[in-house]
Amino acid sequence: MADRKKCAAQVTSQVKLAEGIYSMWLKFPEDMDAAGMAVPGQFISMYSADGSRLLPRPISICEINASGRILRVVYRIAGKGTEEFSHLSAGNTINVTGPLGNGFTLKEGKKALLAGGGIGIPPMLGLAEALKGDVMAVLGYRDQNLFLEDEFAPYAKTYVATEDGSAGVKGNIIDAINYYRLEPDIIYACGPLPMLRAVKALAEERGIEAQVSLEEKMACGIGACLGCVCNSKEKDSHSNVNNKRICKDGPVFDAREIIF
Amino acid sequence: MNLSVNFAGIEMKNPVTTASGTFGSGAEYKDYVDLNKLGAVTTKGVSSVPWQGNPVPRICETYGGMLNAIGLQNPGIDLFIERDLPFLKQYDTRIIVNVCGRTVEEYEEVAERLADTDADMLEINISCPNVKAGGIAFGQDPELARQVTDRIKQHAKQPVIMKLSPNVTNIAEMAKAVEAGGADAISLINTLTGMKIDINKRTFALANKTGGLSGPAIKPVAVRMVYEAAHAVKIPVLGMGGIRDAEDALEFIMAGATMVAAGTANFNNPAATEEIIDGIAAFMEKNGVKDIKELTGCVD
Repeated sequence: MADRKKCAAQVTSQVKLAEGIYSMWLKFPEDMDAAGMAVPGQFISMYSADGSRLLPRPISICEINASGRILRVVYRIAGKGTEEFSHLSAGNTINVTGPLGNGFTLKEGKKALLAGGGIGIPPMLGLAEALKGDVMAVLGYRDQNLFLEDEFAPYAKTYVATEDGSAGVKGNIIDAINYYRLEPDIIYACGPLPMLRAVKALAEERGIEAQVSLEEKMACGIGACLGCVCNSKEKDSHSNVNNKRICKDGPVFDAREIIF
Repeated sequence: MNLSVNFAGIEMKNPVTTASGTFGSGAEYKDYVDLNKLGAVTTKGVSSVPWQGNPVPRICETYGGMLNAIGLQNPGIDLFIERDLPFLKQYDTRIIVNVCGRTVEEYEEVAERLADTDADMLEINISCPNVKAGGIAFGQDPELARQVTDRIKQHAKQPVIMKLSPNVTNIAEMAKAVEAGGADAISLINTLTGMKIDINKRTFALANKTGGLSGPAIKPVAVRMVYEAAHAVKIPVLGMGGIRDAEDALEFIMAGATMVAAGTANFNNPAATEEIIDGIAAFMEKNGVKDIKELTGCVD
């Protein structure tokens, strides 16, 4: 029976965090408890109100407030669809489906390093809140146009890297991990492909687990269209051809499983 | 009020199905749509062995539409019969299995494997623009299309729908060719070949360079082609191409389609098919139409 659906969520607040980066809280209707179902690392599909833009935008969940029935998304304006979202304000509604995909598998009692690069940073905040124990967050930015880094403080010891060296360590996530001699037992990562590739290599070198969250252009967002596949070591459950679906089998994968 | 149709000998509770490739085999949509409500589910193209498909990006949005170049990734007929058909059999809906192949022999093999299964109909994809061999090559030459149809008909037990490409000069000629080959029905349109350039990266938006255009942007082309094809042949037509809602579906029906399919609309609204069925019923109610067949091809 049909128990999931596209529904109208109400924007309870929206603020600009940095140039082109927006933070929005969404409240879900009574019959669709998306916040209650969500776990860190999942995403929601957000739909444009403009009929010329058909495809939902997959946006990672930043924070989850299950009791308040609200979810937070932090996204970057990447085109006309996300630009449209940035104009919404409290009281407006937006059509969404979700939560979608598989989130991070929380491994308790391990020294965790959360690596977020650019717009891969937002899902790390919700993960930092959910993880208990020793948590480090390494956040990579292009320049001093930082966002969210101050919100990690209550949950994680936070380190910053910038490509141009204008804040924190000059370089990328890996440079920061090496500079601060961080020695995690597990890495959770979301960010651009070169970063995830480097995280996978680092985890293999150190013999530790890494969970990586991937992104790709999507259409259905629920595993039917096979638009967003990635090369996998194992045969995928859908087509049996080493093409896992990022939207359905991911977006979070064990790094050992992905062939970059 | 009667929404049921007889499509090439198969009774459907209503004229609405899914467009192949947009709906998997239904499993991913079961939480969003009551599959029991659909006239039929048309499954994603299946070949004799698993296909890997194309590199990513496979998808990009365009104004009022989208391009895809999935490349017919699919699990192959063995896993399809073992897993997907039993899944669909749990529901009170007809099963139309879309079949793809690189050679005539591959189509024949899949048709033969499906002969004693729960598949109600076969839809033969001779119109996919995203695979190098087979596919569209058969769908752009009337004589080849007739021959493929004839060969498949010799192996298929179920009624055969030939899915036509819009990337031809004369759609009526193609429709007549597959009818002459023994097709029980035709479906159209498949996607229109298109291209998008990413101006910031100065490259193609799709790894495959070209892809198939679908969505509301192609609807007027599809309605015109359904009209022309329906008037060229006696076999029934399954119309599709940019159908988003009941009003769109009714255009195709009035142009001559006995059945209609929604494809890209499922991506914008996972419950699109169900809403189209309800919308057609509402239109009939409002206009005092007792039987959907009164509307089929009523524009002449």
